[in-house]
Amino acid sequence: MLLAIPLLPLLGFLINASFGRRISKAAAGAVACGAMLASFAIAVASVVRLASLEPDSRAIVSRAFTWISSGDFTADFTLRLDPLAAVMILVVTGIGTLIHVYSTAYMHEETAPEYARYFSYLNLFAAFMLLLVLGSNFLVMFVGWEGVGLCSYLLIGFWFEKRSASDAGKKAFIVNRIGDFGFVLGVLLAFVRFGTIDFQQIARAAAPMSPEAGFGTISIITLLLFVGATGKSAQIPLYVWLPDAMEGPTPVSALIHAATMVTAGVYMIGRNAVLFAHAPATLTVVAVIGTATALMAGTIALVQNDIKRVLAYSTVSQLGYMFLAMGVGAYAAGIFHLFTHAFFKALLFLGSGAVIHALGGEQDLRRMGGLKRDLPITYWTFLIGSIAIAGVPGFAGFFSKDEILFRTFASGHAALWTVGLLTALLTAIYMFRIVFLAFFGERPPEPVAPAHPEEEEPAAKGGHATGPTHLAHPTHLHDAPPAMALALIVLAIGSVLAGYASLGGRFERFLEPSFAPERVEEVADRGLELTLTAVSIAAALGGIAIAAYFFLKNRRAADRMAERFAGVRRLLQNKYYVDEIYNGAIVQPIRIVSENALWKAIDVRVIDGAVNGVGEAVTGASDILRRLQTGSVRAYAASLFLGVVLILGYYLWP
Amino acid sequence: MPPGISTSDFYYILPELVLTAGALVVLIADVLLPRERRSALSWVTLAAVGATLASLLPFTSTHVEVAHGLLAVDRFALFFKIVFLVAAAITVLMSVRYLAIEGASPGEYYFLILCATLGMMVMAGGIDLITIFIGLETMAVSFYILAGFIKPNQRSNEAAVKYFLLGAFSLGILLYGMSLMYGLSGTTNLRVMATSFGAMAGDSRLALAVILVVAGVGFKIAAVPFHMWAPDVYEGAPTPVTAFLSVGSKAASFAMLIRIFVEGLPSASEDWRLLFWVLSIATMTVGNFAAVTQTNVKRMLAYSSIAHAGYVLIGIVAGTSRGITATLVYLMVYSFMQLGAFAVVVMLRRADVVGDELKDFSGLASRNPFAAFAMLLFMLSLGGIPPTAGFMGKFWLFSAAIDAHYYWLALIGVLNSAVSLYYYIRIVVFMYVKKETLGSEPTTSPTLAVVLAVAVAATLVLGVYPQLLFNVAAASARTLGAAGATAALR
Repeated sequence: MLLAIPLLPLLGFLINASFGRRISKAAAGAVACGAMLASFAIAVASVVRLASLEPDSRAIVSRAFTWISSGDFTADFTLRLDPLAAVMILVVTGIGTLIHVYSTAYMHEETAPEYARYFSYLNLFAAFMLLLVLGSNFLVMFVGWEGVGLCSYLLIGFWFEKRSASDAGKKAFIVNRIGDFGFVLGVLLAFVRFGTIDFQQIARAAAPMSPEAGFGTISIITLLLFVGATGKSAQIPLYVWLPDAMEGPTPVSALIHAATMVTAGVYMIGRNAVLFAHAPATLTVVAVIGTATALMAGTIALVQNDIKRVLAYSTVSQLGYMFLAMGVGAYAAGIFHLFTHAFFKALLFLGSGAVIHALGGEQDLRRMGGLKRDLPITYWTFLIGSIAIAGVPGFAGFFSKDEILFRTFASGHAALWTVGLLTALLTAIYMFRIVFLAFFGERPPEPVAPAHPEEEEPAAKGGHATGPTHLAHPTHLHDAPPAMALALIVLAIGSVLAGYASLGGRFERFLEPSFAPERVEEVADRGLELTLTAVSIAAALGGIAIAAYFFLKNRRAADRMAERFAGVRRLLQNKYYVDEIYNGAIVQPIRIVSENALWKAIDVRVIDGAVNGVGEAVTGASDILRRLQTGSVRAYAASLFLGVVLILGYYLWP
Repeated sequence: MPPGISTSDFYYILPELVLTAGALVVLIADVLLPRERRSALSWVTLAAVGATLASLLPFTSTHVEVAHGLLAVDRFALFFKIVFLVAAAITVLMSVRYLAIEGASPGEYYFLILCATLGMMVMAGGIDLITIFIGLETMAVSFYILAGFIKPNQRSNEAAVKYFLLGAFSLGILLYGMSLMYGLSGTTNLRVMATSFGAMAGDSRLALAVILVVAGVGFKIAAVPFHMWAPDVYEGAPTPVTAFLSVGSKAASFAMLIRIFVEGLPSASEDWRLLFWVLSIATMTVGNFAAVTQTNVKRMLAYSSIAHAGYVLIGIVAGTSRGITATLVYLMVYSFMQLGAFAVVVMLRRADVVGDELKDFSGLASRNPFAAFAMLLFMLSLGGIPPTAGFMGKFWLFSAAIDAHYYWLALIGVLNSAVSLYYYIRIVVFMYVKKETLGSEPTTSPTLAVVLAVAVAATLVLGVYPQLLFNVAAASARTLGAAGATAALR
């Protein structure tokens, strides 16, 4: 039964990949959506069955076959559904289905083979993501982990006419390699330390130990795993790929780069909660990195002009919150934020997609305005999403964010709490900046020339020039077509209701078996909780008010602010120059070494010298022999000989 | 009948005899068949390979020494013989259209392919320096000619001459080492040698022999710093020959390496472990970093093949039975993905386009989705991404290294496979996310389609269900050494 959950999307992939060129668009879309819907149905049935089990034995295990077995080492291809995985599969299949439905309308201008190709990648992604969250050991998880990376990479580069798109795909892939390097080492080290790669067995082996006081093996293992998480979940220092990943189609951004794949790192820490709990040093690192990322990305989001980039940095920032929660040991709160965030961030991305779709590919906030009238469904749903993420009481984001901030404070991390609160304020500001710029006021009749041409981001231009279609300022705008509207409305409802899942600690209790035997401590201080809640509500409302003042009532004030703090603004607009620093400090040196030392010195001079000679040489073996005698072969033989001499020398040296 | 040879010995070398007969049939058929029907020779060749495979059947659990210790017929040899024959069959299927385009005569070509295969089989079975040497030469001479087989092509000629000159030079080094081994032990039989070397551990003359043999074998497996010939020869040789060279010849050389070092020189294992440790790291690193900047796919695959020799050496360094198992597993897995990748390159070959430049892969995904998907799979597998066979192979190698406490080696191996993904994925970028340009139009033929289908199936199946291969490889590794004695392995 469990196996069917990832197998159905895989089947959808196989059908669309094999016959996609021959079937109609409607059929391709139906296959993909049908596969996801069926998978969702089975997921719901499985979770219902899971919930009916006793809390102590709340897990459904489905062992497909013994994958590898040799002496002391075995790895089964086993899927395991526990409460944590249950939350994840509901998110992946549920929100995944909605985004598939949305895509049928969003991608309708693609040709039939392209359309099928898109849906085949999307289904394949879902299959790997489900494998990632259902895998019962690191090996199965790693299959999913790499698979989703590959699909993400293919989908980012889907519009390959855009050079920026294929560059972004490549960047995502390479940055994730660094993360995966850490992840693989972490898994290998865990195997050395515990003799197994099964999550349950590792947790059982680690549970009786006392937490490491200093920086021991478990700290190294968890830190390496966290390096993998920073790659996949876009945290400092590896977050740079996610904003560029917005070059892909918007539904892809919603599904992969907001709701599911990027949360894999958070999920992985939750999955190994017991192990991480034994490495306080690592947890501190996780919390600090998460908080720093949240703040940094939040500030960058304030000044970006590309609507999808603001949302991308917002995602990075919210992921930072989740890591903060993991770092302070509030695993349930972190996963809860993952859950609610999936709703409202998917909603916001799909809403921005509806705007971009209506405006014929326009992504620049400065060329939007007044869309409230023309796109009512988009407006209202986007507004609900913005309220939810800002943390206004009654909406989903409030419950989860408040929980994280409270846990942070209660666990004695007052400094992290302060930064988290500041980030909450920033979140409200940049989200309502979008709302006011895009949906209120008037749309500028002519494209505005950027005030400072040198500051204009190239990406914004790239996004402007392409997209599904590009119509120059259509006079009449169409709101989201039915398939898109359906997804928006369902997600909007979710963005309100998802938060209530935690009332009375239900969500936490449901997840508890997954993080056992680590007990989540009860904090009884109601007074403190209420005070902190009041403070974070104030931050959310204050942020909205600030945004309203600057971007609704008095836009000149915003310009004046920008002029007064031109230096800060430039720093933020250039994203703290991190890309440039990485390029100068890492990319260029590697390139120089590779090209000059290895390529030019050895290859071009010695080998290409000989090969280029071929073109110039007159035909005839004598020429070859002449060149061989005076050139490369002798050099090659010398290198052979030199190798022997070197080894001999090493040996004979006393 | 010469003394010391009995009729039963001929029974045990039945597969070799069948293959020899097949090669001769090809040669005769080449003369008898009219010119326009010579393409049928490929089927004769395939039949010969098939017959040889079938003749291996009686020996699935044989464990004997033939002709007083010249050859061993055991599962270890059997495993390698299957690798060689499968690789040969795939190479033949790949060659059909390639030879037609190049206008080369198929008769000698297929004959030489079979001769090379025969040499490899002798190398894998050889437990005597003389036998190993004869097998090595049979294989090497065939490859010298095959590398230069496209006579009007200067690059092909150059590759042949270079390969021959450097091969002869390295052979000198190898022979010198072998003669030292003989001089020190008074025998050429590796198993007898192992016992007489037992008391000689630490002798500097033995160390000298080890070093020279390592250098000679290092040339054959293209280990750094003995690798310089490989990129030139691989790029210049006809693509199917390159494929066979990088798979068959490499696997055979590893078989020879394991026979010589694990069976013949266990007492000097401290010495050769250290040497191979250094060679492994150098080979992986240089191979991968040099591949990064290549724009010619054949040349890139050549460097990738060098890097893979480095990975395989990890299993040898570990030296445990798990390490040798991992080596065998990896060589089998590597054969399929490497041959598959070359088959895609052959697909892009047309009369007027060489088709091995990176830009020839532009937009392949929309021109030929199946070929692109197959290539994607081979690249992921070569890079070690699950759920492909390459991942399983690497996983096994690295875990063998960790098991034998070679942590640094495993670490550098993992780092290298991360680097290698950069250039493998570059091909994927060209196929999937680059606009269609004037790339070479891929032309499928039924034989090439079969090659791709087989390679894709093997790459996926061995990735998803590797257990059977692991078990077979482990059983093969256990038969190393004289019957009943597994002392050769730690």
